[in-house]
Amino acid sequence: MPVESLFKLNAAISPPSPDLEARTMSLPATVFSADVLKIDAARISAEIAGQIRDIVLERLNRKGVVIAISGGIDSSVVAALCVKALGTARVLGLMLPEADSSPDSLHFANLLAQSLGLPTRVEDIAGILMAAGCYQRRDDAIRRVIPEYTAAYKCKIVLPDQLNGSAYPIFSVVVESPLGERTKARLTLDSYLGVVAATNFKQRTRKMMEYYYADLFNYAVAGTPNRLEYDQGFFVKNGDGAADLKPIAHLYKTQVYQLAGYLGIPQEILKRPPTTDTYPLDQSQEEFYFPLSYDRMDLCLYAKNHGLLPEEVAPVVKLTAQQVARVYHVIDRTRSATRYLHRLPVLSEKVPEVPDDL
Amino acid sequence: MEIKDELRRFVTDNFMYGKPYEGFADDDSFIERGIMDSTAVMELVAHLEKRYGITFDDKDLSPDNLDSVNRLARFVGSRVQPDFTGARDAGRIALQT
Repeated sequence: MPVESLFKLNAAISPPSPDLEARTMSLPATVFSADVLKIDAARISAEIAGQIRDIVLERLNRKGVVIAISGGIDSSVVAALCVKALGTARVLGLMLPEADSSPDSLHFANLLAQSLGLPTRVEDIAGILMAAGCYQRRDDAIRRVIPEYTAAYKCKIVLPDQLNGSAYPIFSVVVESPLGERTKARLTLDSYLGVVAATNFKQRTRKMMEYYYADLFNYAVAGTPNRLEYDQGFFVKNGDGAADLKPIAHLYKTQVYQLAGYLGIPQEILKRPPTTDTYPLDQSQEEFYFPLSYDRMDLCLYAKNHGLLPEEVAPVVKLTAQQVARVYHVIDRTRSATRYLHRLPVLSEKVPEVPDDL
Repeated sequence: MEIKDELRRFVTDNFMYGKPYEGFADDDSFIERGIMDSTAVMELVAHLEKRYGITFDDKDLSPDNLDSVNRLARFVGSRVQPDFTGARDAGRIALQT
């Protein structure tokens, strides 16, 4: 958390820790606004680049970094920070398309690589996924609720609107026939678990390939979650959740965009709407989480983390206090449900020779 | 067995793993007590559809209907078909490991 952001908080609002309280007590009170997420991009970039150098070269004792680049904003910024930290000779960008990837992803990833002068490799993982039965197993699971579904259809999974209703977050599948007709059906437990389990092959196969190159060059693997993704568990355990370093996990997406502007990420990438690029139909974060743009979601998360009341936040994010309270509730619920994803393997007894925090 | 007792038994067997939750009352929220998450709700819905022949619309899938033993019993009581004699134990879902 950038310190100058904390200073803009109203000192009267219950701060999250005694440390923060000590730093804010003597400061003038200000009203909560979108400015709390403004950062000094030059300073933060330099700090993170220094940390990457220290983590990779000293603490991990690796020669460089492998990073999967999707053409999205998060992986673009991490790649740029790694290049700033280590130079292009010690960073490898991997493009890992599969059968459902949008061609846009490869286009934007190439654009990034050219702008950074980044060495890259392309590994099409569709063959591995096919051999593992990823597509077949997913399609079989979808057919349990939509029998007419075939491999010629496109699909994605979506959640009900959690901002304006109290419905449980139970996923539905949306399919599109070759003629463009869309059908939506609520997933049963077995079909939901079947779709998720099969689809998770994608992230885990990508990670396997990243570690192949990491082993090949004696590099570390960089992960690319932003703060919301890290906090709320928007990752596959031992898939995209696995990495040796996660240099922007503490930054809100709003702040990642500020870094992107400073680091000279191509405008096309900055303007690209975020997508998970995991299902054949475009799936936005809003569809599996909240119908809120990232900047408003960031402000809600920041406000919740700093003990602000929904009534104070509502006018800034253009929601009702009741809607903000619902966002807070879902943040808590998702946090609790995804703690398992963050857990390291649990031992029956401690092994003192292997410390928890190396 | 009364519907309420059956439902309570299903919840304790499948989501509480047989643990005797101290003071788990019929009005207690499953969510607030940390007994059920959204995956558990899907499991519960599958059970209710099979056991009582109830069909769920999306709008039915809310805590108002499903988030305590009493709410569940009210909802099931209002929806179960009087002549429904579905397989008495066919809906029991094995514990997940």
